[in-house]
Amino acid sequence: MTMQLKVTQRRLAFMQTFSRRWLAKAGLAVCAGWILGAGAEVNTTGLAVTDKEVTVGILHSVTGTMAISETGSVQAEKLAIKQINAAGGVLGRQIKFIQEDGASDWPTFAEKSKKLLVNDKVAAVFGCWTSASRKAVLPIFEQYNGMLYYPTFYEGLEQSPNVIYTGQEATQQILAGIDWVVKEKGAKTFYLLGSDYIWPRTSNKIARKHIEKLGLKVVGEEYYPLGHTQFNSVINKIKLTKPDVIYAIVVGGSNVAFYKQLKAAGISLPKEKPLLLTISVTEDEILGIGGENIEGAYASMKYFQSLDNENNKAFVEAFKAEYGKDIVIGDVTQAAYLGPWLWKAAVEKAGSFDIDKIRAASPDIELTTAPEGYVKIHPNHHLWSKTRIGHALKDGQYKVVYETEELMEPDPFPKGYQ
Amino acid sequence: MFSDYTSAELISIFAMQGFAGLILFSVFVLMALGLAIIFGQMGVINMAHGEFMILGAYVTYLISNLFASYLPSLFGIYFFIAMIISFVAAGALGALVEWSFIRFLYQRPLDTLLATWGLSLILQQIYRSVFGAREVGVTLPDWLMGSIPLTDTIEIPINGLFVMVLTIAIAVAVYLLMYKSRWGCQVRAVVQNRPMAAAVGINTARIDRITFALGCGIAGVAGSAFTMIGSTGPTAGQLYIVDTFLVVVFGGAASLLGTIASAFTISQAQSTMEFFLSGSMAKVLTLLTVVIILMIRPQGLFAMKVRK
Repeated sequence: MTMQLKVTQRRLAFMQTFSRRWLAKAGLAVCAGWILGAGAEVNTTGLAVTDKEVTVGILHSVTGTMAISETGSVQAEKLAIKQINAAGGVLGRQIKFIQEDGASDWPTFAEKSKKLLVNDKVAAVFGCWTSASRKAVLPIFEQYNGMLYYPTFYEGLEQSPNVIYTGQEATQQILAGIDWVVKEKGAKTFYLLGSDYIWPRTSNKIARKHIEKLGLKVVGEEYYPLGHTQFNSVINKIKLTKPDVIYAIVVGGSNVAFYKQLKAAGISLPKEKPLLLTISVTEDEILGIGGENIEGAYASMKYFQSLDNENNKAFVEAFKAEYGKDIVIGDVTQAAYLGPWLWKAAVEKAGSFDIDKIRAASPDIELTTAPEGYVKIHPNHHLWSKTRIGHALKDGQYKVVYETEELMEPDPFPKGYQ
Repeated sequence: MFSDYTSAELISIFAMQGFAGLILFSVFVLMALGLAIIFGQMGVINMAHGEFMILGAYVTYLISNLFASYLPSLFGIYFFIAMIISFVAAGALGALVEWSFIRFLYQRPLDTLLATWGLSLILQQIYRSVFGAREVGVTLPDWLMGSIPLTDTIEIPINGLFVMVLTIAIAVAVYLLMYKSRWGCQVRAVVQNRPMAAAVGINTARIDRITFALGCGIAGVAGSAFTMIGSTGPTAGQLYIVDTFLVVVFGGAASLLGTIASAFTISQAQSTMEFFLSGSMAKVLTLLTVVIILMIRPQGLFAMKVRK
């Protein structure tokens, strides 16, 4: 009897110490510790990541003179995010995005990027278009350790640990284009023309050095403020100097005025006397310019909507299904589309949203589903990609007339061009 | 730069440059006439002037689409109809705006500045919501495209000629209206001495409304003409507003002749300098010159001598 009592007493004591309530609390503590512990690896820097969602930022101009160019990037990034979410998200989390408007004003870009990084604590930002906007936000990304996926082809001379450049840099885009026009069209004299800010000026500097290295001549170089609308004087100068090639880097709304006035002045681009080669007119800009005004010009890009491969066909179909069958897709739009996919790949390779970890994981990430074919991230944060030359058609599309055989290695600090 | 060319080529180049300057002059006059009437005659600073121009441009876009879909055989003449409708539409909007808030702000220039700035933002957003943020392309009739070869080497763009002829027509019409008609007499009376004009029996409120509407209507026609040479988008009006104010203020706000003179000066200076220097430098030098002249003579080129 006493033994039974002792056993019962011991059991009672055991049950009192390790009661159900205690067991439940202990179990919960262990579970919470396990989840938090696992969650803590995925996000150790306090980014806007929960178990179900991760927040990213989209920062482009939807108003102002750059809206004509940047609207496509926003659409592409949203489509990529939608497709990623439909396929299960990133590390099991659905992507939520906060969109801010840079309003074609560089200080506004800086202010909004600070808001996204500091207030909203986004895990990545897909944004900017002009080099001026990128230069304005760069110090903020470097100070607050954010990651920007920048989609535009640009002048290079930059390699920030806080930016992944999904567009081509100058040597990939400019040099191949000039080499082609010299070899295929026998061009000897060039007239350089551009809008007055960092990208056209730096690009023309690189173009000029390359042209003079080839032993050819630059007969004129002109810049007009962004938003300038009267080009008759420079068109007269072009007629005066009779170059073989007009190398045009006119940006934004000025494009429309320039090409309309060029045609009105009697310069017929299909005649190729002079030939016009541009690196700043994509299918998006042609919507505003009018295909009949730019028909016959050549453009040097890595992507054209008319590219004939499986990835691109699927991409164009998805884009049209989302935004309407009359939509056009330019080079920057496609590069913007790559951004969320490259970010997802980096996050999954690193197993974490931490910026330092995805930075370490990014080099050598390949994307075989890219609409332009294939890209790979280079340790200098740019992409290996091919360069193509397109011939502008009346319907606003480009016909691809040349494609580099090999992928071009990005070289943002080319020797001899600085 | 000029040594490689024969004198015949040089003559043709200078002739083409002269035409480019005249086209720029016409563009400035067209932009500035509407504002000169509103700012000059009524003292109202209309920051939404660019948006009235773009209203004309969008109306032209709509009419070109209408004609392309329903009346393709008459496409060649749609431009004239578009200009008339742009005038009416912009004028009607101007009258509405004047009736709804401008008429309460006549003696308060800073308030009209703010109010019309707000109006310009509202109009920009309306365009963005209705037509989209991107620019729209306006298809031109064939006869307006291309250029006329005067000689072998001199070519004049047809749309430039069209703008020049249009500007002359509008300038002459405005002159006749302001200085040779009874209505113009009434407008000038109201501007110079409002209480006396009212005492004599002139309906000053109606005169103000019609004058404002006229200024906006001219802006609408200018915008319609500019679809040929520039872009049509929600913020395209901002590209023109600064130059327009420059021309009006430089010419002396109250004088239409001053507006024309200052448009001529600024356009010739800019286009000549653009030819010899680069575009940005030319703009900088032109603006510096205007600033210096305005510092010496703040009332502008032609000031009205009024006993105040």
